[in-house]
Amino acid sequence: MMPPLTFDPRRSGIHGRARGNGPAADGTAAERAALEKTWRVPEGILGWFSVVDHRTIGRRYLVTALGFFLIAGILAVLMRLQLAVPDNQLIGPDRYNQIFTVHGTIMMFLFAVPVMEAMGIYLVPLMVGARNIAFPRLNTFSYFVYLFGGLMLLIVLLLNSAPDVGWFSYPPLAGPDYTPGKRADFWAQLITFTEVAALAVAVEIVATVFKMRAPGMTLDRIPLFVWAMLVTAFMIIFAMPAVVTASSFLLMDRLVGTHFYNPAEGGDALLYQHLFWFFGHPEVYIIFVPALGMVSSIVTTFTGRPIVGYTAMVLSLVATGFLGFGLWVHHMFATGLPQLGLTYFTAASMTIAIPSGIQIFCWIASIWRGTPRFTPPMLFVLGFIAIFVLGGLTGVTLASVPFNLQVHDTYYVVAHFHYVLLGGAVFPLVGGIHYWFPKITGRLMDEGLARLSFWLLFIGFNITFFPMHQLGLMGMPRRVYTYPAASGWGPLNLLSTLGAGLLAIGGLLFVWNLARSVRSGAVAGDDPWGGDTLEWGTSSPPPVYNFLHPPVVEGPNALWDRSADAPVVTGLRTDCREVLITDVVDATPNNRYEFPEPSIWPFLAAVATSAMFVGSIFTAWAVPIGIVPIAIAVTGWFWPKRKEAAA
Amino acid sequence: MARRRALWACCAAMAAAAAAASAGCAGPHHVFDPAGGPARDIAALGRLLFAVCTVIYLLVIAVLAWALVRRRTEADGSVETGRRLTRAIAAATIASTMTIVGLTAASAVTGHGLTSPMGPAAITVDVVGHQWWWDFQFRDVSPDEFVSSPNELHVPLGQPVMIKTMSRDVIHSFWVPNLHGKRDLIPGQVTNTWIQADRPGVYRGLCAEFCGHEHAKMAFEVVVETPQKFKAWIDHQRESASEPADYQERRGRDVFLGSPCATCHTIRGTTAASRVGPDLTHVGSRMTLAAGTLPNTRPHLATWLGDPQSVKPGTLMPAVPMSDADRGAVIAYLRRLQ
Repeated sequence: MMPPLTFDPRRSGIHGRARGNGPAADGTAAERAALEKTWRVPEGILGWFSVVDHRTIGRRYLVTALGFFLIAGILAVLMRLQLAVPDNQLIGPDRYNQIFTVHGTIMMFLFAVPVMEAMGIYLVPLMVGARNIAFPRLNTFSYFVYLFGGLMLLIVLLLNSAPDVGWFSYPPLAGPDYTPGKRADFWAQLITFTEVAALAVAVEIVATVFKMRAPGMTLDRIPLFVWAMLVTAFMIIFAMPAVVTASSFLLMDRLVGTHFYNPAEGGDALLYQHLFWFFGHPEVYIIFVPALGMVSSIVTTFTGRPIVGYTAMVLSLVATGFLGFGLWVHHMFATGLPQLGLTYFTAASMTIAIPSGIQIFCWIASIWRGTPRFTPPMLFVLGFIAIFVLGGLTGVTLASVPFNLQVHDTYYVVAHFHYVLLGGAVFPLVGGIHYWFPKITGRLMDEGLARLSFWLLFIGFNITFFPMHQLGLMGMPRRVYTYPAASGWGPLNLLSTLGAGLLAIGGLLFVWNLARSVRSGAVAGDDPWGGDTLEWGTSSPPPVYNFLHPPVVEGPNALWDRSADAPVVTGLRTDCREVLITDVVDATPNNRYEFPEPSIWPFLAAVATSAMFVGSIFTAWAVPIGIVPIAIAVTGWFWPKRKEAAA
Repeated sequence: MARRRALWACCAAMAAAAAAASAGCAGPHHVFDPAGGPARDIAALGRLLFAVCTVIYLLVIAVLAWALVRRRTEADGSVETGRRLTRAIAAATIASTMTIVGLTAASAVTGHGLTSPMGPAAITVDVVGHQWWWDFQFRDVSPDEFVSSPNELHVPLGQPVMIKTMSRDVIHSFWVPNLHGKRDLIPGQVTNTWIQADRPGVYRGLCAEFCGHEHAKMAFEVVVETPQKFKAWIDHQRESASEPADYQERRGRDVFLGSPCATCHTIRGTTAASRVGPDLTHVGSRMTLAAGTLPNTRPHLATWLGDPQSVKPGTLMPAVPMSDADRGAVIAYLRRLQ
């Protein structure tokens, strides 16, 4: 029954630079209709909860993460208002501590990691020429787990019971003796929610990149963004278990009276810090590495030339992934660990500047060699370089133990990590959103508004965060809800608050541009920028099956290197969700595999899992009891279909 | 060219901002205003780091600017250009690696110098963190007693002082920017650090690790004085509390000892001997109240005793209900405890 798999040079479903735009020829209408029917996104309310399409889930992830970004941004503005003048009475310590904790927690766990995953979920299958992401039902499950975790945090914030012990929740402060009530439990369980969601997505991305690449996309032809997502996925897989351990021990100390972190009973308060930062430092790179991939994509397209030093870039990404695990102690220099050990972590922390530096050099070389077009995505990349290099260099100063002892836990650190996270990850992300928006929606974002929002964001950012370096050197510790006038910190704090106003206006303008361009932006066409990666070879927005025929890749810049009569893969079944499985190393086809249909069970499994997580905040019995509905939902999820059973 | 002008304007604005920021080198506790050996070494290292990093930053931005505005040529696409660019990237990478090695070495050398003082320590002070105040205990005054000086650390000028840090509750961090970097106070652990001040004066210390509600109001003063003055101070601190001098002060003492005050505080020479709150034996001689939050004056003391939560929301110090006359008497008595 199965048609043979062939590489058919005549029936191209993909159009690259060499071929020009326009629909492929010769009677593919019937094939398109069949694929349309097979890969249909289910409709209706039930359909909304059962969708397994990577583009739909990716969009939802993106919109949800941007929603959380706005909420955390509002919290940041509240903090800046409170700190604008000395001895301000606007927000008391109880509320302020909740605000900064939730700001950090949302930004790290509900915005930064998920938004990068969202881009990966949407773009990786398109960039590797696949029809969907691997394990599509797991993808749906991960989205709902993430959403429910985020909603839990928002609800407790509105109920004035949000966590108030900082985004890294050190015991004993976060332990049962010093934070009675449920605030710290909500934090610890939120971590569980985001861990589960992130691990699921990481596994999907690894499987997609390893086994679903278009034929011909050998390791040295994988787009840099995909490499970046692959490295990120591996970092998630290795880092998250440490924080699972850290937060679960914390929950157990709080809920069932274990003493992992209680020194009075033989526990160790520092154990938590080791576990947390073994995750917490790679976490920073989990956020930052995908952004590097976006920068490479944008630089390639808008300089119109292949990136200079592709191999060096890939090796730098992989090196960053490894080195990221060897520097966690630089968050703990002040704890009194032995000097010799600390020196190792100084060296390791400084070393990670080298792969970042190499990538900066490669981008600059690419810009030097190519002909840069100053489109909005490119502006954000240039803004990124200006900000990130500064943040990276303050990172080098922080790696030095003696200097770190002075500036650790001060506003200098606050300035540093906003330079590397906002400048290093959010600027590329916003550039990336401008870049891929036409692919996702079929429309262009307004260029004038984009330029205006860039300048507001860039100037606002520097006015907000640059003075914080100075505040840290002037001795201002982080996480203080107020400060006396005699400290001398007043004027720079006021300046920073004014900058935050500009930053907020720039951010709102960006959101406004997004909202209006979705409906009324200029129609983009399939490839408005002349991009080199496969996603620009299909229509905008892509059809539900992504590509009529899986393309065959002939070079590192798939569309640019495409010959006039490049073959495509034909012979995949169109009456079921059949996809092509290829080899890890050289991406030769070695199997076909049928993907699952939409199903309501992943959603139900997410509901059951969330109920157990939330329940276990209140009673340990939630775990043995809550496992039952999860088992039922997962059984439904994997129940074989009659058709398969008969086959 | 408009783009070129915008670029220059950008660079100029950044340079101006940086200059303005470094000019504002003021304030009572600045990292680059060292008053002691360790802080001085760290400030020197910090200047080196900043100098190197500033040069690198300006270089990178300058090269980026050149890459953006330079005239494109026919040869840009050639293999030879590609090879030159690869060589340039390799050279830049080697240069960065060497810089990193240099900075790591400089950092290790400075770090080694910070591990212990050159000579023997003049005194040892136990620093005990509490939510949200500091207890400085001088234990080597005599074998069987110690002097407790909450929120005010006196040290002799020009002599190394050993600091032993510990915490009664959560993690705090001991930090006097003018004297040395931070050292965390971790429950269940005792760690050692040291300071050495070589400029007399009063330096402000802060808690640098988030420790709950009133982390923002957990400061202390370090008083650096000549060894003679220090000796006089510690001898005075060893004495028991002053006796009340008049009826009002006697009434104040009786109210204090008969009220919940005595269940948390110590006044040596009386029956009050609890170590939950700060030792008040010489409270009248201290500069500040509520861990560096208020100056120690009569009206501030009245505010603090009358409504501690208004001064430091969340503080563990309760408002003890008593008549105004009684409170006036307690204030008079506490002021007597010089």
